[in-house]
Amino acid sequence: MDAGLFFLFAAIALVCGINVVVQTHPIKSALSLVGVMGALAVLYLLLGAEFIAAVQVVVYAGAIMVLFVFVIMLLNADGETRVSRARLANWLGIPLLITLLGMISYLIQREIPYSPRVVFGAFGRGGPRDVGRLLFTEYLLPFEVTSVLILIAILGAVVLARKEIE
Amino acid sequence: MTAHVPLSWYLMLSAVLFALGVAGFLFRRSVITVFMSIELMLNAVNLSFVAFSYQWRQTDGHIFTFFVMVVAAAEAAVGLAIILTVYRNRSTLQIDEVDSMRN
Repeated sequence: MDAGLFFLFAAIALVCGINVVVQTHPIKSALSLVGVMGALAVLYLLLGAEFIAAVQVVVYAGAIMVLFVFVIMLLNADGETRVSRARLANWLGIPLLITLLGMISYLIQREIPYSPRVVFGAFGRGGPRDVGRLLFTEYLLPFEVTSVLILIAILGAVVLARKEIE
Repeated sequence: MTAHVPLSWYLMLSAVLFALGVAGFLFRRSVITVFMSIELMLNAVNLSFVAFSYQWRQTDGHIFTFFVMVVAAAEAAVGLAIILTVYRNRSTLQIDEVDSMRN
């Protein structure tokens, strides 16, 4: 059952991920990205990260992607015009990408040749209680710094998006 | 026992998603799609964080994933504000046409 769920949602994530890159219209890419995020939330659940799965759905698929779709609708973005890209990208792009993927997978196979099997429920410390306890004791300073970061981001967004004074 | 998947498969899925994000970042011409490719890469890294957290039986990886999400939210807000400003000033969303710093 674990393997079935993994294959199903990994396939969904892969198809939606390819769709993000292939589609020419931004709104289709955005909806595919929502699919990727939903499938990844299920994979987080399989890995025992309940809190992160919930946050993934609420924050990523909920808040951030709504922001994206909102901006796409606001700007009335249409499909991109086909331009002749650089010849180097045409010839070397896909082979270099496959090389990158091959290097990463080689590293994974070399560093962890006997990886443990993922059993659903074997890791039970990913709930809100454990994450919150760690967040407010050991990682308290990064948490507070993050609040300052969000404050700066709010100020930056307001300054950037306000009406320009001529 | 055969119905369980090795952990490295999760890492492979993460690598493939990351490579897809790199491809979108490099090949696409629409600013918004490039931005969404960055989000795809962040999601792939989050998956590997959670997978390693499972391997070491520690919750710390979840904390890192949480921080990545927070930073991604802040980045999305600022980045989309920048895109709005660029569109207001130049009324285009194609990366190739925003090249006033080239020469």
